[in-house]
Amino acid sequence: MATVAAVIASTHHPFYYRASTSTGADRPPFADEWVAKITAFRETLTRARPDVLVMVGSDHFHQLWLDNMPQFLVGKAPFYDGNYYNEEREFGLPRMFLRGNEELSAFLLRQGLDAGFDLAFSNELRIDHSVTCPLITLRPEADLPIVPVYTNIFAPPLPQPRRFVELGKVIRQLVEAWPSELRVAIIGTGHLSLELGGPRQFGPHGPDPEFDRKAVEWIASGDLKSALAEVSLDSLWLPGNATHGFMDFMLMMGVAGENVAADYADSLDLFHTMEAYFTWYPEAAR
Amino acid sequence: MSKYLLNKFLFTIDRDPELVERYRSDPRGTVDWWEAERANVILNLPTAERSTWLKFTDDEREALASHDYPKLFELGAHNFLTLTLFIAMFERDYAEPLGFQLEYARRLSHFSLPYPDIST
Repeated sequence: MATVAAVIASTHHPFYYRASTSTGADRPPFADEWVAKITAFRETLTRARPDVLVMVGSDHFHQLWLDNMPQFLVGKAPFYDGNYYNEEREFGLPRMFLRGNEELSAFLLRQGLDAGFDLAFSNELRIDHSVTCPLITLRPEADLPIVPVYTNIFAPPLPQPRRFVELGKVIRQLVEAWPSELRVAIIGTGHLSLELGGPRQFGPHGPDPEFDRKAVEWIASGDLKSALAEVSLDSLWLPGNATHGFMDFMLMMGVAGENVAADYADSLDLFHTMEAYFTWYPEAAR
Repeated sequence: MSKYLLNKFLFTIDRDPELVERYRSDPRGTVDWWEAERANVILNLPTAERSTWLKFTDDEREALASHDYPKLFELGAHNFLTLTLFIAMFERDYAEPLGFQLEYARRLSHFSLPYPDIST
């Protein structure tokens, strides 16, 4: 059976690429510290020696649109192009090209459907910065095949937080049941408190540092009970109008397991939103 | 209310570099053209299979035609779509990094929770 080599949960900050590659007067004052944090975080994936990456993210109205909106979708394609014109325009992100692993995609789809998740699928998916940003931070070579899993954290009505957790648990079980000798890293990105297109956007910190503090604690300790007790679709509007992206962190807590503390946890208080990085090594716990 | 159509306008303009420039320089003309020619096109269907019923309310049309993003927020347009497109059009007019984004926040500062509903 396949091995879950690492479980990784992270924010996806589209400004990292530009900040980390800029020089001279264009380089922001926080870039060096940010690059150091990302370099250390990257090492947590490298040392897990993954062969395949399951990438959990959320399309930001790029390919998926309101005339036909899936709640949970698995990419099943031999290749994935990455990033869009408007991400190039706003964030300076480069175009990318990734291989897929159709066998694992097909396994997740078939077994996921049979496990009670009516997953949508796509045979031609262009991935956006929710998947490419963690590749840029964690695996800039972009040399490993991926299986994208998209969630709807963006266009209400959204699935309940507990469904994100349940899907995470199912993904973990299915990867472990995949008849393969490959080492799979399951990587997902979301947000802590975040405001986009609202009055609290682009402040000196995330819009709700208290929520961020609690959220980091929940994730680092695997405290799903508290997270599920305190987080609801209604409550997530309060820390910031784009905070529903936290449900992707909750999905990853489901992957990592209830009350399983992260083996690596780090964060960085930035303008606009707090960065947070977590890695679990399920093998070591066996 | 046709929040869906407001979003469809923002979405289809934002993904096309020529339309971004056209909407920046001629907002009213672009909105009129779009409502007449594009509002009823279903995005993954041939144009012959278009819808027949989509149109803006007067408030929505005026908000788009006057680049009035606080009004779009009030009408429940999706916050991400509005922000992304307006950054594309107006960030260039501000010398300071994030100058436009902070001005945007200031112009919305009279809103408090709960914000207008964006569900469609």
